[in-house]
Amino acid sequence: MSAIRFDDVWKEYGDHIVLERVTMEVEPRAFIALVGPSGCGKTTLLRMLLGEEQPSRGQILVDGKPLLAEPDADRGVVFQRYSVFPHLTVLQNVMLGREFRDAKFSARLFGAARRAAAADEAMKLLAEVGLAGQESKYPSALSGGMQQRLALAQAIMRGPKILLLDEPFGALDPGIRADIHVLMKRLWNETHLTVVMVTHDLSEAFGLATRVIALERSRNRPEERERYGATVSRDLEIFPRRRAELRSSVQPAPAGTTRSGKEHQPGRPGALVLKEQP
Amino acid sequence: MRLVNIRPGRQTRFYLLALPFLLVAIAYFAGSSARLTQNPNDKLLPALPSMVQAVKQMAFEVDPRTGGHLMLSDTVASLGRLGSALAISTVAALVLGIVIGLLPGANALLGPFVSVTSMVPPLALLPILFIVMGLGENSKIALIVIGTLPCMIRDLAMKVQELPREQIVKAQTLGASTWQIALRVAMPQTLPRLIDVLRLQLGPAWLFLIAAEAIASDSGLGYRIFLVRRYLAMDVIIPYVAWITLLAFLIDVGLRLMQRRLFPWFASVRAE
Repeated sequence: MSAIRFDDVWKEYGDHIVLERVTMEVEPRAFIALVGPSGCGKTTLLRMLLGEEQPSRGQILVDGKPLLAEPDADRGVVFQRYSVFPHLTVLQNVMLGREFRDAKFSARLFGAARRAAAADEAMKLLAEVGLAGQESKYPSALSGGMQQRLALAQAIMRGPKILLLDEPFGALDPGIRADIHVLMKRLWNETHLTVVMVTHDLSEAFGLATRVIALERSRNRPEERERYGATVSRDLEIFPRRRAELRSSVQPAPAGTTRSGKEHQPGRPGALVLKEQP
Repeated sequence: MRLVNIRPGRQTRFYLLALPFLLVAIAYFAGSSARLTQNPNDKLLPALPSMVQAVKQMAFEVDPRTGGHLMLSDTVASLGRLGSALAISTVAALVLGIVIGLLPGANALLGPFVSVTSMVPPLALLPILFIVMGLGENSKIALIVIGTLPCMIRDLAMKVQELPREQIVKAQTLGASTWQIALRVAMPQTLPRLIDVLRLQLGPAWLFLIAAEAIASDSGLGYRIFLVRRYLAMDVIIPYVAWITLLAFLIDVGLRLMQRRLFPWFASVRAE
C-alpha cells in the first residue's frame, strides 16, 4: 500500500521520445489500469515503476521518497510470461521469497520448524489462489491460467506494497480470464496493495480498476512520431467508485492514508490530493 | 506420401539404426578377406579372429613386463586424466560462466578475454606445457583443461544470459541479492545446460587426451595405439579405437541419463 507520484516524467531513448509530461498521483490502495495503443509506452512506464529503467527527466516518488533505481521487495510484479521459475515446484516457487528474506547466505530455510511454518503459509496462499493439490508439480505441468495464479501467489507471499502487472492475463482464454479476474479482485481487497496493471483489454481495465489511465501520443504524423512522446490523455475514475474493502485478515491502514483521508479534486476526475497530515 | 511425413515405426527404426553399422562392418570384412586371400600375412585389415586374439592378450592376460593387464591399466590411466581434467573444467566453467553471464561488469572484463583465448589452438600450446610443467600428468591434464575450458565458459555464459530477463527481475522483486540470484535462480537452471556443454566438449577432450598421450607418455589408450603403430599392429589399434569410441559413447549416455534424472523440469523448458 503506497502512494505513487509521477512528477513530470519523460523517457527518451536517444532522440526518440517515448513518454513526455507524465504527471499523476496514485493514491494508496488504488487499482490503476494503464491502457493505450501498442507502442505508447505503457510497459515503459511500468518498467520505470519497477526500477528497471530510469526516467530521463522528472522523478517518481513512492510515499514521498524517490523510487529506488533497481527492483526491490516493495514492488511485486507479474509478467505475461516467465514470471515463475521453471526449475522449482509450485510450493518452492511460493516459498522462494521467504527464503530470500530469511536466509541471506544460503537462501534456503533449514530446520523443520522454520520450513514447516513457511510451507504452511505458502500452502494457505496456494489454496487461496486455487492451486491446492498442485504444490509438488513443476510450472510447466500447469496451464497458463494456473501459472499466472502461481505468479500472483509468489509475489504476494513476499508482501509487496505495490503490485505491478504487465498484461498478466493477456494470453489467457476468456473463461479462465474471468476466473482470474475474480481472484485478482479478491486479492486486492484482502491485501494492502496498490496495483498498477498494463492491459490491452478495455473491459478488463474497467472491470477491475478504480481508475483507468490512457496513454496516447498527441501527435501521430510520421515525421512527428519520434519527437513527441505519449502522455496521459484520459484519466477516468470508475463510477460508481470502487474501493478496496478491508477484510478481517488484514489490519486497517494507518489514519490519513485511506481513501477517506483525501479529497476529490473537482474538475480532474481521479486526481486526488493528499490532505496535510499533522 | 511425402518423405517429410513418413515416420518409421519402432521396428523399422531399429533396423535403420543398425544399417550403417552393418554396412561398415560388411565393407571392412569384405576388404579384409580380399586382402588376406591375396596375402595371408597382410597386416592392414586383420580378420576378426586375429583381433579377438589380440584383445585377449591385451585385456585378459598378465603382461610379463608390467605385471598387470595392459588394456585395464591403459583405460584407468586415460580415464583418470580425462576425468580430473573435465572435473576442473566443469567446476571452473560453472563458476565463471555464471559470473560472466549474470554480472554485466564481469562480462565486460572477462567476456572478450575468454572469446580470444578460446581461439588459441590448444595443441600449439602443448610444447609450452611440456616445457613448463614437465612430461608428467599435469601437462596432459592442463592441455585438456585449456582445450575445453574457454569454450565451456563462453557457452555457459551465453546460456545464463539467455535466461529470461523477467526471471532476474522477478527474483529481485522477491528480495533476492545478487548472490541469492546466482545461487537459487541462475545456478540450478545452469546445471542441466552445463551437462549439454560438457557433452559437446567430450569430443575435443578425448582428442587432446590422445594427442598428449601420443607425444609423451608411458601409459594410456593413446600411448598404446601410437606405440603399437610402429609394428603396424592393426589388430590392436582397431579394437582400441572401438573401445575408446564405446567409452566416449557410454559417458555421453550416462550424462544424458543424469540430466534427465536430476533435472526432470528441464525437458519442457528446452522444448519451448
